[in-house]
Amino acid sequence: MPQLRTETMTVNMGPQHPSTHGVLRLVLTLDGETVLSASPTIGYLHTGIEKTSEQKKWQQVIPLVERMDYLSAQSNSMAFCMSVEKLLGVDVVVPERVKNIRVLLAELQRINSHLVWLGTHGMELGAVSVMLYCFRERELLLNINEMIAGFRLFPSYMRVGGLREDLPRGFHEAVRAFLDRFAGKLNEYEDLLTKNEIYLKRTQGVGIISKEDAVAYSLLGPIARSAGVDYDVRKVFPYLGYETYDFNVPTQTAGDVYARYLVRVAEMRESMKICRQALDRITPTGKWAIDDPRITPPPKDRVYTEMEALIQHFLIYSQGFMVPAGEAYVPVEGPRGEQGFSVFSDGTNRPWRIKSRAPSLLACQALERMIVGGLIADVIAVIGSIDVVMGDVDR
Amino acid sequence: MDGSALLALLQQAAPGATIDAAPSVDVHTTIYVSRDHVIEVARALRDAPELRFSFLAELTAVDVWPREPRFEVVYVLVSIEHRLRLRMKVRLHGEDAHVATVSGIWPAANWLEREVWDLFGIVFDGHPDPRRLLMPEDWEGFPLRKDSPVQIRRPPHVAEPLQVTAEEFRQNVERDRLSRSEM
Repeated sequence: MPQLRTETMTVNMGPQHPSTHGVLRLVLTLDGETVLSASPTIGYLHTGIEKTSEQKKWQQVIPLVERMDYLSAQSNSMAFCMSVEKLLGVDVVVPERVKNIRVLLAELQRINSHLVWLGTHGMELGAVSVMLYCFRERELLLNINEMIAGFRLFPSYMRVGGLREDLPRGFHEAVRAFLDRFAGKLNEYEDLLTKNEIYLKRTQGVGIISKEDAVAYSLLGPIARSAGVDYDVRKVFPYLGYETYDFNVPTQTAGDVYARYLVRVAEMRESMKICRQALDRITPTGKWAIDDPRITPPPKDRVYTEMEALIQHFLIYSQGFMVPAGEAYVPVEGPRGEQGFSVFSDGTNRPWRIKSRAPSLLACQALERMIVGGLIADVIAVIGSIDVVMGDVDR
Repeated sequence: MDGSALLALLQQAAPGATIDAAPSVDVHTTIYVSRDHVIEVARALRDAPELRFSFLAELTAVDVWPREPRFEVVYVLVSIEHRLRLRMKVRLHGEDAHVATVSGIWPAANWLEREVWDLFGIVFDGHPDPRRLLMPEDWEGFPLRKDSPVQIRRPPHVAEPLQVTAEEFRQNVERDRLSRSEM
């Protein structure tokens, strides 16, 4: 039999490929269908938010950081506010009710983000109905966002020192209605995927990352938990009183795409448990920010009737507030893993530098380890399963 | 474990390295390490059985221009086994901004160091892939440096369209015709 001439082929996947979740470009070297090497190229969405923030006052940064990882907006702004509160030294006086509301909103945001992930990941593997169902339930969460802040994707509801305003009327009913409905819907998604023969064939044993690699590439989050690293910031370094909530951290050991699916679906169930506990603790009305006239603007009715309140309002919105010099980094558990903002201050009303810890960037870096040696069709399954948001990668 | 106990342990694990404690407002114990001992201290932090900082959670830099030493490279480390967090900082002078890479100790540092090189111009000696990460490859300057200009407006650069008069056009056609007939 004559020797068959074979040669490798270099393929550019992206940056405009529909399954790269934004503008990720992969330069793949292929031998037939097998991926020999992969080099991710990023930076197409680099908007320089970190540089822009240095020109803004502290409270003006909040809407900017929400747009970094656009699927976990409230987690971003919460992490940023908590870092600034730590620098100000007011984190110890943040009211209990504010902490509970932040926990509730962060967990709803986690469900929201995981729903988008499940929908798009399912669709890329051919399960189009899952996408439609997930976005249907996500709509309810966006309605809740609209209710509290008037903005559906980037509510900017978190503020340094608390929240923008009190919860609206009907908030408890809306969240409870969502939670009651969602428990059954989550079972429906699982019926469609968890034991689906086609889905299992596409995901089991695909895109495996070992526990050692997950540690080496600092994948602190669902990807590491699916590979057997039992780390969750909420358990290991609790914040906002997470130690008082009853919940589990789901882990798997396989480290493949299917394990990541199982971990994230289980996380949504745990988030629902936390939401219910938080909702029971939150009173319909009460404190929504700290009592600090330097940081918290007065309520509008006082601004219109009292001169002192008007001056205070004017000072906060024109000059902002001073933050003592120093640096702080408060880690929180975002939907994609450990998240946080390294905040550096020089003692003025503008940040000297902020730096976001981007879990998606590290996931993108580890992507190569997961796809080399696999088939090109599996690349799409793997990219979907690591849940990268390019806004978070490039910032 | 409190900060001073951690520092004593680390000093024991990396004898000979200059390690200074620094104040910190958050959960991270903060230390300053001199540039020459980064690798030694990093290895001790990762491998010492009482420390085991196996995760490099974050690597970034700060520019305190116009003061000198101008740069601070910040490493945020996590030890899951002992539930510890640590911030390690290295000071670098502006005209001599280079430090040894830690990507051999924590592979996650690869892209994070590339990002710091890209945005601050700090060189990581021995880095396996020292390219820009976020900015275009032909970008000049380092945007996150404090002396990098912000919000500048440059006049838009437009390529001039090629203008040929009618006379030149006829001459060109004639010249082409002649050159073809010569062949």
